[in-house]
Amino acid sequence: MLEQWAPAIVFLAIAFSVGFVTLFAARIMAVRAKRPSETKTLTYECGEEPAHQAWIRFHPRYYVIALVFILFDVEAAFLIPWALNVRGLGTFAMVEMFLFVAILLLGWVYALRKGALKWQ
Amino acid sequence: MEATAIAPFLPYIFDLLSLAIGLGIPLLLAGPLTWAERRQSAMIQDRVGPNRAPFPLIRSRNITVFGLLHPLADVIKLITKEDTINREVDRFLYNLAPLIAVFPALVTFAIVPFGPDVTILGQTWSLQIARVDAGILFLFAMSSLAVFGTTLAGYASANKFAMLGALRASAQMISYEVTLGLSVIGLIMVFGTLEPNAFVLGQGAYLFGGWIPKWGILVQPLGLIIFMIASIAENKRTPFDLVEGESEIIGYFVEYSGMKFGMFFMAEYIEIVVISGVVTTLFLGGWQIPFLMDGGFVFPWGASFEMAEWLVSLLRFGAFLFKVVFLCWFQLMLRWTLPRFRYDQVMKVGWRMLLPLSLLNVIVTAVVMLY
Repeated sequence: MLEQWAPAIVFLAIAFSVGFVTLFAARIMAVRAKRPSETKTLTYECGEEPAHQAWIRFHPRYYVIALVFILFDVEAAFLIPWALNVRGLGTFAMVEMFLFVAILLLGWVYALRKGALKWQ
Repeated sequence: MEATAIAPFLPYIFDLLSLAIGLGIPLLLAGPLTWAERRQSAMIQDRVGPNRAPFPLIRSRNITVFGLLHPLADVIKLITKEDTINREVDRFLYNLAPLIAVFPALVTFAIVPFGPDVTILGQTWSLQIARVDAGILFLFAMSSLAVFGTTLAGYASANKFAMLGALRASAQMISYEVTLGLSVIGLIMVFGTLEPNAFVLGQGAYLFGGWIPKWGILVQPLGLIIFMIASIAENKRTPFDLVEGESEIIGYFVEYSGMKFGMFFMAEYIEIVVISGVVTTLFLGGWQIPFLMDGGFVFPWGASFEMAEWLVSLLRFGAFLFKVVFLCWFQLMLRWTLPRFRYDQVMKVGWRMLLPLSLLNVIVTAVVMLY
């Protein structure tokens, strides 16, 4: 088990250090202003003076999208073990799975009718 | 040196070689891809494109080789460029975000088999970094981490445009992730495995009395189309590039400059290579060549052509690389062919078209397989 995953874990470490080394090299080699001017460290808004905070309030439909996302992502997680053994499990499991998908699709239709997935 | 002396170290040498190749393919392809993209767009738009960067050290003649050295010049420029940081950013998250952006893109390549098993001195070398049973789950787990990079980048930048871009990007990415996961389920049903190399081996079978190879593209054509669309949307490239559309919102990395911006740029091109690798493995037969068996070509009409084992392995590795490069080129062409979607269209395509279609794909596949 662990032996199977060992190269993957090593690769995780290598991938992380590739990014880290690149950023570190940039930190050493990048030119730097001795004293950055006032306007240089200002938030970039195409020359306008930024007004108020950047962490603005945003529309709640992003939350709704995230909620529906969880619904279907969990569904995918449940479908995978069944998909691995469709032949062995046979008709009964398939009908059960279709029912499961149908119930979730009901939720999808509800979200659709309520306009949660609609963007104006 | 005697062969038996190095025998105990061979598995480690094989692992190291696999790591080197697996790291080399995405990193070495990503650089030329940036060049290819710019030359390609120049060709399509009837421009000249990058052609200036000369070979260093040779001063007397201006040798440029179609501007092939531009990626190198880009790296030097990005690394030495001043890193402008505005005074309101969340320092820790701001520095972390580019790292998180590159990490999942690169790591996903661990499960892609880039060649058949090779036997050297009686031991097998599997040309794949990690041969794990839950390979597809690892793929989804890692690729879903990418959303953190974009969200954190936008949030930490303390910029309204970046914030809006990150919100759009994260909503788009999670929308298409659902479809991405569901589109592979039909394929899992057909081949009955989660291990990428087993997918490739399964695609070595033939349909209709040996005439047509059983590749994913033929048994799951709808799955391939949905998977390709969803992964391009995940990568935020045209036609889904509205989160970073230059003319409207700039994107979640407005506040990044120098190599930190370069990391997001790098992540995009690494991801192109990785998407190509994954699609090749799952749908285009991986390293398989039609009618090429372990001992050479065997055609269904009876002809055959024997080849040495090392030549077969080399051909198969070449076939994998060819398919990957072809798909990379295909993604570049897509970008310069299609116009950008509007945001409501992106959401509509994701939730109202692709999601029901991928569920339909699952249902049809199940019915066809059982009856």
